Amino acid sequence: MNGAWLEPIVAILGLVAITLVTRAFFMIPERDLPMPDWLRRGLKYAPLAALAAVIAPELVMAQGALIQTLADARLPAVAAAAVYYFWRRGILGTIVVGMAVYLPLHIGLGW
Amino acid sequence: MSLPAWRAHLRDPSFRQGARDMLGTGLGIGAWGLVTGVAMVKGGLSTPLALFMSLTVYAGSAQLAVLPLMVAGAPLWVVWLTATCVNLRFVIFSSMWRSYFAHLPRRQRMALGYFSGDVIFVGFMQRFPKPQPDPAQLPYFWGAATTNWLAWQVPSVTGIVLSNAIPLSWGLGFAGVLALLGILLSMLADRASWLATAVACTAAVATFALPLKLNILVAIAAAVTAGLVTEAGERALRRARARGAGGDA
Repeated sequence: MNGAWLEPIVAILGLVAITLVTRAFFMIPERDLPMPDWLRRGLKYAPLAALAAVIAPELVMAQGALIQTLADARLPAVAAAAVYYFWRRGILGTIVVGMAVYLPLHIGLGW
Repeated sequence: MSLPAWRAHLRDPSFRQGARDMLGTGLGIGAWGLVTGVAMVKGGLSTPLALFMSLTVYAGSAQLAVLPLMVAGAPLWVVWLTATCVNLRFVIFSSMWRSYFAHLPRRQRMALGYFSGDVIFVGFMQRFPKPQPDPAQLPYFWGAATTNWLAWQVPSVTGIVLSNAIPLSWGLGFAGVLALLGILLSMLADRASWLATAVACTAAVATFALPLKLNILVAIAAAVTAGLVTEAGERALRRARARGAGGDA
């Protein structure tokens, strides 16, 4: 019993350390770490790749497989959100428009 | 940070600018926080543990990834390795944070790192595209970080406390995906970035079955390669065109 409550706390403390170390990683040392120029240029693409990699499976996959139907509320919602974004360039509106398409289809029709 | 330093930041117009820049994405981050809060309790964490985790770990994607592992009693090293892999993108971001904040004392750099999430990174890089220090950056960062922290933690705590009243089947978490989508679209500046994004999407879906969310790292590596190759190709094309134009004249 004694160990049962301790283990999750140790796990969480470790996760805090991981948040801190990964996010601060290159800011921790006092001196610059040498980095080749091509890598520096290439890293410009890393943030958008990371975002794309987090989003894409959320949009076109379910239970670890590509979705096989177009009757999925996420697809029209993303299309509407993207159209709004390129029309108005506002992120708040993008979320609102996307959810306005998504929620009725998802809750109402079960898409 | 000391109290007078905070007061000076609060009065700074850059602080308010940073806070304003986070309001748009705040709605999506908030919905995502709410869903994460609910998911932690429904997944089997006790309310105090879920509160402790939300307020200290402060990493949405990592929390969701390790939650099923923790509940299933997976070994600690598996939990930690998974979280590290999900967070590896922040290691890459931190190399860019360094060009702005390397002159600050280490404790402050660590604090900046802890509070720098995805949306803060993107907002900051769009506001300060030149990688050199500027006095407006620190108040801007803290304005953005404070807003984002509140936008995440208030709904997350609400979700933990009211977990039984909020059904996950509504799909409110989709608002978080839409917020990230908006940010992603705002970063697509040129042909190379469009191509890199398409490559990243394809790679992330194709390698989704990899353990530890390693598909994110595969996608980053593929996109960086695609971006560099596109840049090199465009340079070669321009040189060839310049030579062609020179020959005609």
